[in-house]
Amino acid sequence: MTADRRTSWIMIAPALVLVAVLFFAPLARVLVISVTEPSFGLGNYAMLFTSASIQRTLLTTLRICVFTTAITLVLAYLVAYVLTHARPAAQRLMLLGVLLPLWMSVLVRAFAWVTLLRREGLFNKALEALGLIDHPLSLMWNETGVTIGMVHYMLPLGILPLWAAMRDIDGRVLAAARGLGAGPVRTFLRVFLPLSLPGVIGSGLLVFIFSLGFFITPAILGGGKTIMVAEYIDTQIQESLRWGVGTMIASTLIAAIFLLMFVLGRIVDLRTLFGAK
Amino acid sequence: MERTLQPGRLTRSLGWTVICFLVLPILVIFPVSVTDRRFLSMPQHGISFEHYANLFTSPEWLGSIGQSLVIGIVSAAIAVTAGTLCAIGCWRLSSRAGEIVRAVMLVPIVVPTIVYAIGIYRFWVDLRLLDTYTGVILVHSVTGIPYVVITVSTALAGFDARLEQAARSLGASVPQTLWRVLLPSILPGVVSGAIFAFIQSWDELVIVLFIASRAIFTLPRRIWDGINEHLDPTMAAVAAILILLSALLLVLDLAIRRRREG
Repeated sequence: MTADRRTSWIMIAPALVLVAVLFFAPLARVLVISVTEPSFGLGNYAMLFTSASIQRTLLTTLRICVFTTAITLVLAYLVAYVLTHARPAAQRLMLLGVLLPLWMSVLVRAFAWVTLLRREGLFNKALEALGLIDHPLSLMWNETGVTIGMVHYMLPLGILPLWAAMRDIDGRVLAAARGLGAGPVRTFLRVFLPLSLPGVIGSGLLVFIFSLGFFITPAILGGGKTIMVAEYIDTQIQESLRWGVGTMIASTLIAAIFLLMFVLGRIVDLRTLFGAK
Repeated sequence: MERTLQPGRLTRSLGWTVICFLVLPILVIFPVSVTDRRFLSMPQHGISFEHYANLFTSPEWLGSIGQSLVIGIVSAAIAVTAGTLCAIGCWRLSSRAGEIVRAVMLVPIVVPTIVYAIGIYRFWVDLRLLDTYTGVILVHSVTGIPYVVITVSTALAGFDARLEQAARSLGASVPQTLWRVLLPSILPGVVSGAIFAFIQSWDELVIVLFIASRAIFTLPRRIWDGINEHLDPTMAAVAAILILLSALLLVLDLAIRRRREG
């Protein structure tokens, strides 16, 4: 090894050691616990097929994640499209509207939704004052509330990669389509939409991955009634002290996420998605 | 491009509606924080700053803010040092190995925090680091490193490697080159990374729920307890201040980025 390469590795070492010892080792420990507690073997994993409460939680999680991803994608596509075509001043303002929530604490955002959505919340009060409803609507502590909060959290994460993908679409291709006699709708459907599809899949998978293991917003807006997988892991460990079950679900979650990341990596360059390139 | 598929009026207004959906729920915190009533509501007869006064006279809230600041600053400092060195190392290698290290460094971002939290909890039980400053700071440093690696790598991508070689061939040592040539030109990326690392610690709740209990009671932990136990307007005052702080950091980051590009 040349002296120059050695210097480079010495610079890498502190971060690599920190992350290996304090991140990957504890993560590996979770996998180990899942096959050793309470006894050695795959007994915990068998519960995936036998436990009704685990299956119910997984189904709830999947349903909420699918809805969240679908709604987020439609709204994100709309915003990214308008953003791509906006004049510079409007674009800056719009971008600020996307970045501001992205930078807000997730707790503060969940708290804002509690203020709005609870039974005595601002939303119900406003509807009552307008005479539109007699009884307050149940807008939180159910899947509706969780989905609203999650879409709000995920939107910026969906918009930014989509916007990046749309900016890369060559305008001359669109002009050519128009020049060859295609109307705006046809140009959009046959040229723009297909060209933006990798961005749609990339940003959809990203939102889905982040939704799967989301804890804070579902826990607050679900109010213990709608339970997603992260909260389930939390109760198994903090309350029931069933480490085997908790770590088994955690390991399953990790496996699912790595699989999705692998798929994502085949479709888009992950480094561009994370801005490392 | 701009003119060929210009969105119509309807599409544009729908786009702006989504932006309103993003921003308005956050802004609603401000009027609620100056309500003259004792519960979360819009001000009725006038505005009142009593909830802010409550906040700034409460030893619990102030204590938590202090703890979160200390933990955030120290762990951001560690994350920035380790992360910047790592990004520079990977960049100098400019080989497949460097790419792999960088990719490995990104993994902590996609692993759900709850999964990591239960792993580190068991680790800290063994090392007796539960509920200590050291325990929380170490964890927040590690989870901050990926953000620093990303921002510094992005800055390095725009740096001309020949400048480093020139400095070396003119007799500068490696530390001198790093400090006098490389660092000044990637500084915006480093500062951006520091902001990110600080924010992720300042906002982090899930890990803290596991590895801290009484001695360490950070601000997110106190907000979490507040939301679950007593929803009072003091919470809105805290939230309003946090919103202003995030907005300030965002503007700072945008200004730094603009200077880098300009």
